[in-house]
Formats: sequence, C-alpha cells, structure tokens
Amino acid sequence: MLRLVPPLTLLLFLGPVVAGLAGTLLPAFGYLPALGPGIGVLAPWQALLDYPGIARSLSLTLASGILSTVLALFLAVGICAAFHETRWFVRLRGVLAPLLALPHAALAIGFAFLIAPSGWLARLISPWLTGWDRPPDIASVADPLGLSLTLALAMKETPFLLLLMIAALNQVPAAQMLRVARSLGYGPATAWLKAVLPLVYRQIRLPLYAVLAYGLSTVDMAIILAPGTPPPLAVLVLRWFNDPDLAMRFQAAAGAVLLCGLVVAAILLCRGIETGIARLGIIWAAAGGRGAGWVARILPAVLAGTIGGLALTLSILSMAVLGLWSLAGAWRYPDALPPTVTLEGWMRQADAVAMPLSTTLWLAGAATLAALLLVLGCLEQEQRRGHGLSQRGLWLLYAPLLVPQIGFLFGAQILLVRVGLDGTAIALVWSHLLFVLPYVFLALADPYRALDARYTRTAQCLGAGAFRVFWQVKLPILLRPILIAAAIGFAVSIGQYLPTLFAGAGRYATLTTEAVSLASGANRRVIGIYAFLQGALPFLGFWLALLLPAWLYRHRSGLRGVS
Amino acid sequence: MTAGLRLCGVRLWLQDAPLIERLDLALGAGEVATLMGPSGVGKSSLLAFLCGTLDPAFRAEGQVLIEDRDVTSLAPEHRRIGILFQDDLLFPHLSVGGNLGFGLPASLRDRAARRARIDEALVEADMAGFADRDPATLSGGQRARVALMRLLLSDPKLLLLDEPFGKLDADLRERFRHFVFDHAARRKLPVLMVTHDIQDAPEGGQVIRLESLTPSPNGIGLRR
Repeated sequence: MLRLVPPLTLLLFLGPVVAGLAGTLLPAFGYLPALGPGIGVLAPWQALLDYPGIARSLSLTLASGILSTVLALFLAVGICAAFHETRWFVRLRGVLAPLLALPHAALAIGFAFLIAPSGWLARLISPWLTGWDRPPDIASVADPLGLSLTLALAMKETPFLLLLMIAALNQVPAAQMLRVARSLGYGPATAWLKAVLPLVYRQIRLPLYAVLAYGLSTVDMAIILAPGTPPPLAVLVLRWFNDPDLAMRFQAAAGAVLLCGLVVAAILLCRGIETGIARLGIIWAAAGGRGAGWVARILPAVLAGTIGGLALTLSILSMAVLGLWSLAGAWRYPDALPPTVTLEGWMRQADAVAMPLSTTLWLAGAATLAALLLVLGCLEQEQRRGHGLSQRGLWLLYAPLLVPQIGFLFGAQILLVRVGLDGTAIALVWSHLLFVLPYVFLALADPYRALDARYTRTAQCLGAGAFRVFWQVKLPILLRPILIAAAIGFAVSIGQYLPTLFAGAGRYATLTTEAVSLASGANRRVIGIYAFLQGALPFLGFWLALLLPAWLYRHRSGLRGVS
Repeated sequence: MTAGLRLCGVRLWLQDAPLIERLDLALGAGEVATLMGPSGVGKSSLLAFLCGTLDPAFRAEGQVLIEDRDVTSLAPEHRRIGILFQDDLLFPHLSVGGNLGFGLPASLRDRAARRARIDEALVEADMAGFADRDPATLSGGQRARVALMRLLLSDPKLLLLDEPFGKLDADLRERFRHFVFDHAARRKLPVLMVTHDIQDAPEGGQVIRLESLTPSPNGIGLRR
C-alpha cells in the first residue's frame, strides 16, 4: 500500500500539470476542438502580436518580475552577510515566518492602502509636512512603470528567500567558516560573502527560480498594484480567457505559452548570470581583499539594516492599515487616524463574508490534510526503502512553482471539463494541492529525516510493528513540525487566487477571490474586512500550530527542543 | 546443544566492501559475549543485522538463531531481541509509566495488571512512584534504568548492548553495569555487548575482536 504513495503522489501532482500544459499549447497553435474547427496555426500569435500595447505589457512584466527578484535576493543576502553573527539573527526566523504566511493579495491591498495618494502614509505626513490639503495627483499605485508592484513583490519574497537561506545555513558549517575567515582578517560581511555564500547558494537556487517565475506571472498582485492599460502579460491573458468572445481563447493560450517561454528564458538567463558571478567571485575571493576597512564594515550593515527595516515596517503597516480601515467610521483625508472606530462594518458584512469564509476554510483544510497524508506517506516509504528524493525528484516537486499558473490552469480546466469534474470540490481541492504539497514537503522533509532512527529501532525491538511505530512514536514526537507544515500548507491554500478561479469554474468564492475582485472598487471598509480576514487566518493557523503542541506537551520538557 | 543465541556464517558488506567475514558464535543462557574493534568495523551494524533493522546500504548473509529458532527472516518486532544504546532513547512524549507500558506486550490487556507490572518494574529500578514523571526530569542514571526496565518488560530472549555505558560518568557507569548484568543473569538472558572499553566486559565472558577488512576511508592505518 505504502509503496504506491510516491508514484500516486507524482501522478496526482504532475499528470494534470503536463496535461494542462498540453491543453494550453494546442489552442495556442489554433487547435481547440471544443470551439469547432480550428483556426490557422499562427493566427493566435498574429493576434497576440497585433494587440495594441503588447510591447508595453511585456516590458512591464519583465521589469517588475526581474527587478523584484533581484531586489529580494540582494536584500536577503545583504541581511545574512551583515547580521549573521549578531545575537538577534537566530530570532529573525520568528519574525519571518508570519510575514511568509501573509497572503500575496492581502499584502498588495494593504500596500496600496498605504501608498495611494490618499493612503495612510500621505495622511500621516499631511498637511503639516507636505501641504497636501487634498490627495495629490500622483499615480503611486498602478504607476506606469510598475514600481509599486515591484516593491510589493520584493517585500513579499524577501522573507521567503531569507527563511530558506537560514535553513540552508544550518546545513553547512557556516559558523566555522566565518570564524576561520574572520581570524584571517576579513571583515564580517566580506567574510560571509566570500566563505559562506558559495556554500548556501546552491540550496536556494530552486526557490530563487520559483520567486522569479512567480514575479513574472503573478496575477492577483498585478490586478491590485499594476497599471491596467495595458497590464502585465499574465493579467492580460486572464482577461482574454474570461472574454465573452470565445475566439479570444486562442490568443489567450498563445499569451500563456509566451509567458511560459519568458519564465524559461529568465531562468536560463539567471543561470548564466550565476555562472558568471561565480567565476568572478572565485577570482574576487582568491584576490585576498579583506574588506576590513570601516566602510566595508559599516556600509552593508547600514544598507541592509535600513532597507530591511523599512520593508519590515511597510509589511507590518500594510497589515495594520487593513485592520484599521475595516474598523474605521468616517475617515476623511487628511486625518492621520479615523476619529471613530466601529464594528458596524463587520456586522453589516457578516452574512456576506460567511460563505467565502467557510469555502476558504474547508478548501484549505482539505488541501492541507491531503498534502499531509501524501507527504507523510512518501517520507515514511522513503525511510523504509532507505533512499531519499534525488535532485531530479526535487525539481519535479518544484515544477508547479516554476511553471506560471496561468500556463497550465486553462489546459487543466479543459481536461476537467472533459472528465466532468470542472467546478467540483474535488477539482478545487486538487488545484490547491498542487501548490500546497511542495511547501508541506519542504517544511516536513528535514525534521522527518532528522528524527533519530534509533527511536524506531528501539520501538521495533520492543515489539512494535511499523504501523505502531509510525503512529505512536514518530507522529507524536514530530507533532510540532507536522503542525507547522500544516500551517504553512493552510496559508498557501488561503493565498491561492487563479486555481480557485479556474478549477472552481467561477462557482466558488474564497476570501482571496472576493478581496481581489473588490480591490478595484472604492469601498475601503469592505475591502479592508475581506483582506484583513484573509491575512489573519494564516496567522491563526500558525498560532494554533505553536500553541497546541506546547499545551499538549506542557509536562514533557524533552520535546521542547524538537522543532 | 541448545544455545540462547547462535550466529552461523554471518557476513556483512557495506555497499560492496566486506566488513565482517564469516562470524560464528554460540551463547548459552545467561552468557555474555563482548565485541570489540576499531570504529567503522561493523560492530553496531552487526547488532542492527541481529535486530533486523540493518540500513539498506548494508548487505548481510548468515543465520541468526534464538533458542534454535531461525529468526533471520522475521520482522524486527517478532524477533524478541532487545537492544540498549548509548542514549536511553526514552520516548519524550510519554511519561515514565507510558514508556514502560510501551514495552509491555499488548497481549496483557487488564489495565490493573499492566499497572502492577509497571509499578513492579519501577520498584526493581528503585524508582517507586515515578510512573507519572516526565522522562526529561530524571537523572541520567534513572533514565538509563528506565530504558532497561522498558526493554525487560517486552520479555526479550536476547539482550544487545551497543556501548550502553559510554555516556555515563565513572561512578554511575559501574553501578549501571551491575544493574544491567544482574538483571540479565537473573532472567538467564544471553548478552551480546559492543564496547570500546575492555573493563566493561564481565569476567569469564567471551571476547571477540573484530579487525578492519578494508583500509579505513579516513586513512587511519588499520591492519588489513
């Protein structure tokens, strides 16, 4: 039975992705039987290229996707290099985990509420500092260059890269390397860049590509923060897929394939740049520059500290402004704070929120549970069989995170229609599972593999069969990491936007789909309620995941160290 | 002759490198054999082979007979071979009593009877009244004794010791060593022990010295 879990996982997981890609590729070349006779093979591409503003849309996509990834990587590396040796670096993890849990859409909406001309930041400094009696006429949200989208993406992805880098640091002798380099006279940041970064980079390469792919293909954040005429390619493609004129599907499919091509090209480019930097880095490292002067010592810390601190502050303020708006009475510009606070908005929206809230909860619960069962089955089978996931297997696991969602979800939807599953709860849960499973696996694999194998051996020699060892020894000891992995999966599911739209065939509304579709409106109180709830649920999940084992094992101090 | 433990032609490889070449051994009830040799020679792996928990990176052949019954192809949980490691490996999520209960066979169903056996074991370990304690709050010596009692409650036919005294300080080590061998002798258990220290071996027992068959990967000069 258990032997079937890894292949079953792969099949459930990748089969539909591959089928979905094919289902997007065929219409991109004029073949879509459901729409009657096909059109010319190159006709969709002609239509795509003839679309007015396609060039702007492409440059917007590339600029925001690449720039945000570079920013996030530089910031993450900078923070590690500048602060690795400081006392609070270990505690950074605790700050980053909740930031990671914050859904993309909630952050984007909160960020828009902050930086809009009539946003909180302008209110805080007006009119006494700026002289703005009324909101200034600046396009700070949906700016033509896509800077607000770029910044929000960078803010969202930095904690992800940082957390993975910290995890990678624990697997290499980073502290010793650093100590050796420091004793040879290197300044802290230079020592880190020359001696430690090369060791950890390999392990954050795949996540970095996932960040790049996400930045290039994000839909929900772009709907909220990017300009609309024209929007980035992914949003454009979604619009075409939803166009009442079915013939637009061809053009949409071509756009989706183009987006996949852009992602592949960007990843290859990234790989090329990496190799170049690695070559130069070896020369730089061997040249012996110590970076021990005060500039090299202070500058990285000041830069990383300032920018990192700013990003953290903006993220927290984004969440706070959502809560504030959901509670605000009349909040006129330029009041820094709403003069009255009321629960009236929440009460008025309670009925309307109930339905998407319950859909969000059961969907996230089911996807997380399915992911946990599959991942635990795979890990248990791996331990019994005695060899782990290969590097190639890891790539397969990352595949749904590397392929633009819009690239295969349309094709997968056609497949679902074929088998009569579109718009069903099963299809919906599966579409979320695709993105929940990789994160649950990544979160659980290390703690599961790190559990002392002698516990198992001891239990077996005491007469316990494999099943009993699994239930009575491994699961209870690993309860905390299992629940944390579940909380991560839960948060990932809550953040999903496109899968809900496509697999749900528009029949299911979650907090995320509601928040994104409301975001274009002007009622900040209502948007605030949806976005705040969307942002708060993942926190609740993490809080439970930390609290439950702490309470259950309150008399078992031996388990406090297991994380 | 009936032997508590009999090993017939046991050979062990790591990948394709031979570790142990034809080991034969017979141990009567209550007898103790001590396995010695340099690290990496395959001592602990041999114990794992006996338990049936050998890592798949290893390959083994030969037979393990417990009281003349061939257990080589049995699952670990059906072999009735108990093993004690350097660490006590008490399950951190269970109380002391819960750990002992884990060792006690499920075939003993009556709750009062189970409780009585656990209390009895605690008295034997000089730890009466400790059933509800968190194992993390015990001293090193107490934890080691609970680990042995948990093992003995599972009613094994053979006791394996994998450097069980290595982490205890000198005074504790001596007392725990007596505790282990006294209990084994009282139950007439054959004992196979792996150790680095010849002082751990009780008088009159067999001593088997394993030598390295292949050059050590660490490059430390071991005799071929």
